[in-house]
Amino acid sequence: MAIVKVDKLAKSVFQGPSLMTGSYPTKDWMEVPAVFKPGNFAYPAKKEKVEYMNSQQGLSFPNAREWWPEDDDWKLPENWKEIIINGLKDRLDKFRSLKIFMDCCVRCGACADKCHFFLGTGDPKNMPVLRAELLRSVYRNDFTLAGKLLGKMAGAREMTVGVLKEWFMYAYQCTECRRCSVFCPYGIDQAEITMMMREMLHLVGVGINWILEPASNSNRTGNHMGLQPHTFKDNVDFLVDDVENLTGVRVEPTFNRKGAEILFITPSADVFAEPGLYTAMGYLILFHAIGLDYTWSTYASEGGNFGLFTNNQTMKKLNAKMYAEAKRLGVKYIIGGECGHMWRVLHQYMDTMNGPADFLEVPKSPITSTVFDNAASTKMIHISEFTADLIKNNKLNIDKSRNDHVYATWHDSCNTSRGMGLLEEPRYILDNVVNNWVDMPENAIREKTFCCGSGTGLNTDEIMEIRMRGGLPRANAVKYVHERYGVNTLGCVCAIDRATLTSLMNYWVPEVTVAGLTELVGNSLVLEGEQRQELDEGLRTLV
Amino acid sequence: MATIEHNGKSYNVDEDGFLANGMDEWDDNWVDYVKTVEGISELTDEHQKVIDALQEYYKKNGIAPMVRILSKTTGFPLKRIYELFPSGPGKGACKMAGLPKPTGCV
Repeated sequence: MAIVKVDKLAKSVFQGPSLMTGSYPTKDWMEVPAVFKPGNFAYPAKKEKVEYMNSQQGLSFPNAREWWPEDDDWKLPENWKEIIINGLKDRLDKFRSLKIFMDCCVRCGACADKCHFFLGTGDPKNMPVLRAELLRSVYRNDFTLAGKLLGKMAGAREMTVGVLKEWFMYAYQCTECRRCSVFCPYGIDQAEITMMMREMLHLVGVGINWILEPASNSNRTGNHMGLQPHTFKDNVDFLVDDVENLTGVRVEPTFNRKGAEILFITPSADVFAEPGLYTAMGYLILFHAIGLDYTWSTYASEGGNFGLFTNNQTMKKLNAKMYAEAKRLGVKYIIGGECGHMWRVLHQYMDTMNGPADFLEVPKSPITSTVFDNAASTKMIHISEFTADLIKNNKLNIDKSRNDHVYATWHDSCNTSRGMGLLEEPRYILDNVVNNWVDMPENAIREKTFCCGSGTGLNTDEIMEIRMRGGLPRANAVKYVHERYGVNTLGCVCAIDRATLTSLMNYWVPEVTVAGLTELVGNSLVLEGEQRQELDEGLRTLV
Repeated sequence: MATIEHNGKSYNVDEDGFLANGMDEWDDNWVDYVKTVEGISELTDEHQKVIDALQEYYKKNGIAPMVRILSKTTGFPLKRIYELFPSGPGKGACKMAGLPKPTGCV
């Protein structure tokens, strides 16, 4: 086939429509406003939740009101612009990383097609580079000489209500998963840019309810679900009954017990909703099997931290109860359950935010005597590190065939994989507790794992289409191993994943169910004195 | 805040149509309204049993029960609850009973 003349092709590449879609942008990106319509925004935070949060010591959530994203008037404070610009200045002074991220991007575009939201929506503003430009353009305008002198020519623009609305749209179409950062030659942490945009939006009273309500629940009752102490205990006791029905063994967890060796903290959804409940049964069975001297807490009853999705102050305040409770109970150290973003907070912020935890000891397994030097500073280890070490030292009586109804693949949760490097332990555990499992293709696992599409508090139903679009790359990789190998179970170590991947699988690959890793561990364990029934579906079997 | 009118009475509701003030505004007329939108042809003792169980639990715990507890206290397996409330225990039964919808990692 004859190719068109070189000058014509050059012109076409430069000015013509996309070869793929036949269309081309008619306007500069700065001139395309964010348009809100049902389904493309999460509900705003309720007035009473904002008021409650604002009333709490150390927290600031101003401008509580009723407002709606589709309305022209968002009822911002009169001096909203001054608040935002001052807020940006404060953060540039405080966080050197933010200043560097604002300055060092060369717009090479390596990140552009690495974002699940860009892949799923095709919206150019979901390219991480452009999402960051939403903030960077304002930074240039007010904080750089070039921007002040050259304005738009230097990629600068004034902060307007339209820009603010754009921030709201795209800071909430980013799950802070940091896949883009893996590919960035400068290592720009896009999650931190999104965090800053969300923080600044809160300064003028712009936030979403699905994040602020769990955060306020957690502040009030100790956990996102709003489980009060007696309810939390009842729920765990209910699972104890279930475990007994299934295995014939009565496990005996304790609560708020002073002098226990270890404090165990996991996301509250694990003791509230399926399929997390099965993971919680797994914890109960595992700890019983090894006779661990541990306690649950009805005060530090949440591993997750939706403060991470609002602002630093909230994150710090919600996180503080972990060390406070560990100190009160006099435990030696903390084991944390299966949660994703919890581990970003624990691994990267807790020590400096609320530490040093010099009243705790460097974690040492009472069963194997292994010392977890990697947690020498935080004094908190991941359940998978703990379990992998038990298996390695041959301390568990495992019958893999109990998981023969499972053909698994492994979803590396964004925060545990990219945020703390937990890559080998879950795979080692899988090798040892199931007979059949296979990894998804290389570009969709480990550091390059794809997000569930609903992290950072975007797991709410009113934005289901965006969630299903954002989760498509993950679902696509699961579909591949499902069709090729007959995979029927997607394993993970994250409570948001357990909820959101379930919706994602129901939509894209309905043959695949979602299971926490410790569910599979618990199901494979042979317990002393057990009278186990025929459990065709493991711990999920109805008996 | 949105309102819903039914048989001449109005109710404050949230974005998803749950009673904004919860059980404070709940009454039989509300049950009749949710029955209509849920497409439930006739309200039976079984529906009532689920509503009672939800409200009783909520008064004690300030939150909806986990589904397994609801199943246990009513004696209805999840499948039966879905037959009674086509939108499920959360969006159907909790709405009818005047409970708020749960949030968090669910």
